[in-house]
Amino acid sequence: MMTGRKVMGSMVVGGTALAALSIVAILAVILLTIVNGGKDTLSWEFLTTAPAEGMTAGGIFPAIVGTVLLVLLMSIAGVPAGVITALYLSEYASQKSILARGVRFAVNTLAGVPSIVFGLFGLGFFVQFVGTGMDRAFGGVELRWAQPNVLWASMTMALLTLPVVIVSVEEAIRNVPRDLRAASLALGATKWQTIWKIVLPNSITGILTGGILAVSRGAGEVAPILFTGAAYFLPHLPGALSDQFMHLGYHVFIMSTQSTNVDATRGIQYATTLVLLLLSFTLNLSAIVLRSRLRRRAMA
Amino acid sequence: MNDNVQIRTRELSLFYGKKQALINVSLDIPPNRVTALIGPSGCGKSTYLRSLNRMNDLIDDVRITGSVEIDGLDIYDRQVDVVELRKRVGMIFQKSNPFPKSIFENVAYGPRINGVRDYRRLSEIVETSLRRAALWDEVKDDLKKSGLALSGGQQQRLCIARALAVDPQVLLMDEPASALDPIATAKIEELIYELKEKYTIVIVTHNMQQAARVSDLTAFFYIGELVEMGETKKMFTTPEKKQTEEYITGRFG
Repeated sequence: MMTGRKVMGSMVVGGTALAALSIVAILAVILLTIVNGGKDTLSWEFLTTAPAEGMTAGGIFPAIVGTVLLVLLMSIAGVPAGVITALYLSEYASQKSILARGVRFAVNTLAGVPSIVFGLFGLGFFVQFVGTGMDRAFGGVELRWAQPNVLWASMTMALLTLPVVIVSVEEAIRNVPRDLRAASLALGATKWQTIWKIVLPNSITGILTGGILAVSRGAGEVAPILFTGAAYFLPHLPGALSDQFMHLGYHVFIMSTQSTNVDATRGIQYATTLVLLLLSFTLNLSAIVLRSRLRRRAMA
Repeated sequence: MNDNVQIRTRELSLFYGKKQALINVSLDIPPNRVTALIGPSGCGKSTYLRSLNRMNDLIDDVRITGSVEIDGLDIYDRQVDVVELRKRVGMIFQKSNPFPKSIFENVAYGPRINGVRDYRRLSEIVETSLRRAALWDEVKDDLKKSGLALSGGQQQRLCIARALAVDPQVLLMDEPASALDPIATAKIEELIYELKEKYTIVIVTHNMQQAARVSDLTAFFYIGELVEMGETKKMFTTPEKKQTEEYITGRFG
């Protein structure tokens, strides 16, 4: 009986350790494959030149620019909206109010919506509804806003990443000690003065973390931009908000499915993936560093 | 005595949801004296203190009946601006809570939110306030240092300076020395003694000796009610109610 239990016990230990190890192993295999496949192609020139010869040679500069532009516009639209929502939820709404519960429910649901649905929504709402309306309002005959472009892609991405921003900013705001709020209010500060001068400055790292997490999520998603602005190939960089753009993630997809010369593009695929991964890792790492700093300060 | 009242409380009752925390408290607090509120934990003394600058408003589900008048003005009147009230009635908390800013900015916070922009004027206020809080000599050379870098006792005096900088008439202190060592406590008590020349002070304390040392008047609370109030000397030698005597002599609480 005892031995049976012991065997069972060690099997559980072994099994769980194996499962944990296999995750590390899978990550290692993925990384090694990508690094191995991409290291010969990856170079300064690869990062700074445009694709050439029907995308079987050259670099990925436009895709890098496009991705950066996308996440920038997305952050400009999404982070303030997220911060304001988080402020409302944590500072103004009573926790029992129906509106606050509704907003919270919506945020959680939004976080679970598949990204392709956001893409379709972006196409229907931004491109076809808002875009068409804008074209009509400006009286133009030609199609300008009622087509996929970097602005609509960014707006769609901002919606997708909004829950990430809201949740992390709200956590940061809640971490600001109650004592500090009480001290400010007791000095005759209004609620808004307290938020502006005490709450926001003390949760700035959390707000940045939220922004970075959103950017890192946004940089990797492809589905939302498929119909809303990403281009297969562009001879020029986007010069206006109504231009389409190239994107690292989409570029990988294009290279691996639409290529005319698979052998020639294989290195480019790997290297592009590697760049995308590095970008994502760097962003996540800086979010982790910021967050641990925030925690340490909240403890002190 | 009647003319000499700064804070007049009548039939004040306070409920947290269904739980009643204060029961018909009527109490007169004279100006420029130190009034100590004593009583066992949960007796309502801190709740009473916080009702004097309406800090209880911050809690959901609080209901208040009765009246609190400060200088003849009913502070629970609908017309009253809570922000203005809190400028006149400053508060020192149990745990010192300086802002994570420099010493200067901590003290300048109140004047700044009141619209004082001029740096010279701000510096004057900061210096006067720090002097009044008996902290100036210790920090005058590093006003740029973070308020959090000070010792516990210094932090509490910084909080007092910060409260003084908005020029209040009343200072509410919620166990201001409970987290401090005896030397820092003695400094705070000495400071309270000096401050009563200019300010009306209401202090909650768990420490009987402290109440006896610093206060002119003492009010004893028990389970939400005011049991007895009187001159501290009399309260500590010949209290009228048996409950007061038992608490003061340490038989319960």
